[in-house]
Amino acid sequence: MSESYDVVVVGAGPAGSIAARAAAREGARVLLIEKRQTIGDPVRCAEGIAKEAVHRHIDPDPRWIAAEVEGFRIVSPDGTPLEMRGVSSGEVGYVLERKLFDRALASDAVQHGVDVRVKTRAVGLLRSDGAVRGVVMEHLGERHEVEAGVVIGADGIESKVGRWAGIDTRLALKDIDVCAQMLVHDPSIDQSICQFYLGNEVAPGGYAWIFPKGNECANVGLGMLGSRSNGGLPMQRLRRFVSERLPKANILEVMVGGVPVSEPMHGIVADGLMLVGDAAHQSSALTGGGIANAMDAGAIAGRVAAAAIADEDTSRERLSEYEREWFELKGKSLKRDWVVKERLVKLTDEQLNGFMHSLQGVEFREMHVHEILVHLLKRNPKLLWWLKDLL
Amino acid sequence: MVVDVNRYVCGYCGACVSVCPVDALELVETWLEVHECCTECGACVRVCPVGALEVRA
Ligand SMILES: Cc1cc2nc3c(=O)[nH]c(=O)nc-3n(C[C@H](O)[C@H](O)[C@H](O)COP(=O)(O)OP(=O)(O)OC[C@H]3O[C@@H](n4cnc5c(N)ncnc54)[C@H](O)[C@@H]3O)c2cc1C
Ligand code: SF4
Ligand code: SF4
Repeated sequence: MSESYDVVVVGAGPAGSIAARAAAREGARVLLIEKRQTIGDPVRCAEGIAKEAVHRHIDPDPRWIAAEVEGFRIVSPDGTPLEMRGVSSGEVGYVLERKLFDRALASDAVQHGVDVRVKTRAVGLLRSDGAVRGVVMEHLGERHEVEAGVVIGADGIESKVGRWAGIDTRLALKDIDVCAQMLVHDPSIDQSICQFYLGNEVAPGGYAWIFPKGNECANVGLGMLGSRSNGGLPMQRLRRFVSERLPKANILEVMVGGVPVSEPMHGIVADGLMLVGDAAHQSSALTGGGIANAMDAGAIAGRVAAAAIADEDTSRERLSEYEREWFELKGKSLKRDWVVKERLVKLTDEQLNGFMHSLQGVEFREMHVHEILVHLLKRNPKLLWWLKDLL
Repeated sequence: MVVDVNRYVCGYCGACVSVCPVDALELVETWLEVHECCTECGACVRVCPVGALEVRA
C-alpha cells in the first residue's frame, strides 16, 4: 500500500515544523517525519535568538522562554570586555528552552492540519524521470514509501536528503564549527547578559559563550573551526574554560554538535525537492545562529511548495522561487557574515585585542554586526581596505 | 568497517556525518552506523567534539 501527500517534510526542527505549517496553511496536505522518538531532544543549540525573530513565527510563551537578556558582552583574548546593554537587539534577546520550543512549533503545525510521525526516518527518495516523487521511510524497522508532490529536506547538519537528490551538502573541515556545551548551575553567573569569549587559546576560529537560562543556570559552550580542531578538542577546551572561570559550577547536562559556517549555499532546490535550515547551510557563518534563519527559510519554502502544488508544477524552475526569495531576504547578510568570519579567523590574539580596545567607550545603538563594523572603521580608519566591501 | 565508534563516548550530534565525503556514516537516533564504503580519510575523527571516533590501525 502506498500513501501520498502533497508535501513531505523530513526533520522536525525549527525549519521543518515552520515549513510544514506554512504549506498546510496554504491548503496542502502535509506529512512531517522525525527520526527521533522525541521532538527537540537532545538539544544541539545554545538557544539564543532575537525576540523579533521568534515573534515573526509564533506568539511568545513563558513555557519555552528560559531567560530574557538585555544585552551582550564580548570579551577579548586579554579579558577586555565590550558591553552593549539596553539597545535594540539584532542577535539576542531570548534564551529558549528548545526541547519545549521545538515541540511547540511541531504541535502548532499539527493544529494547522499537518500529520506528524516520530521515530520515522527517511532512508531514501522515490524518483522518476530524474525528479523527486516521494520518500522511503523506516519506522520500527519496517520500510514503506510515501509519494509526495514536493519533498522538503529539513534534516539538519547531518542532512542526507540533499545528497540523495544530487545536491552536495557535505561540509569541508573549514566550513563547520564543532561545539561542546554544558548546562551548568552557578549562582555567580550574570543572568542579564549573553557573553562571548574570543581568542585562539579559548576557541581557535570560534568563541566560547555563556547564555543565561534562569534559575542560576546557563548554557556554557564552545565552538571551534573543524579545520583547527582534533578529535575531542572542543570538549577538552570546554572543560578547561569551565574549570578556570566557573570552578564551583555543577554540570547538569552535556551536549555536542556542529554548525555549518560555509559560504551561503546556492542550488538548494531540485525537481520536486527543497532544502531548508542547517541542511541548506543557512546559519550565520559568523555567529553560528541558525534558528531564526531556519524558520524564515521554512516559511518561504512551505508557502512556495504549496503554491507549486496548486499550479501542478513542482519543477526546479518553479521551486526556485523559494531560493530567490530567500536570497533576497538574507543573501546579503549571510554573505557579509561569512566574509567577516573568514577574515576574523585569520587574526592573531594581539590583533583581536587591538580591535576590541579601539571599541572601548563606543555607545552602541543596536546590537548588530553592521553597527560593530561601522564603529570599528570609525575608530580604525586604516581598516578601510579590510572593511569597505562589507559596509 | 574501518572507523571505530566508541559508543560510550559518542554524543550523537551528527557533525561527523556532515563531513564524510563518501556518505559512509549515518546517525540512527543515538546510534552511529559506519558503512563499508569508508575510505579512512579521517575527517570524521577530526571533527568529533568528544573524540569518539578512531580509524582502526
Ligand atoms: C552547540 C550549538 C549551539 C548553537 N547555538 C545557537 C544559538 O544560540 N542560536 C541559534 O540561533 N542557533 C544556534 N545553533 C544553530 C541551531 O541549533 C541550528 O541552526 C538549528 O537547530 C537548525 O534548525 P534545523 O531545523 O535546520 O535543524 P535541526 O534543528 O538540527 O533539526 C533537524 C531535524 O531533522 C531530523 N532528521 C535528520 N535526519 C533525518 C532523517 N533522515 N529522517 C527524519 N528526520 C531526520 C533530526 O533528528 C532533527 O530533529 C547552535 C548549534 C549548535 C550545534
Ligand atoms: S574516515 Fe572518512 S570516509 Fe571513513 S567514515 Fe570517516 S569521514 Fe567517512
Ligand atoms: S561527531 Fe562524534 S559525538 Fe557526534 S555523532 Fe559523530 S561520533 Fe558521535
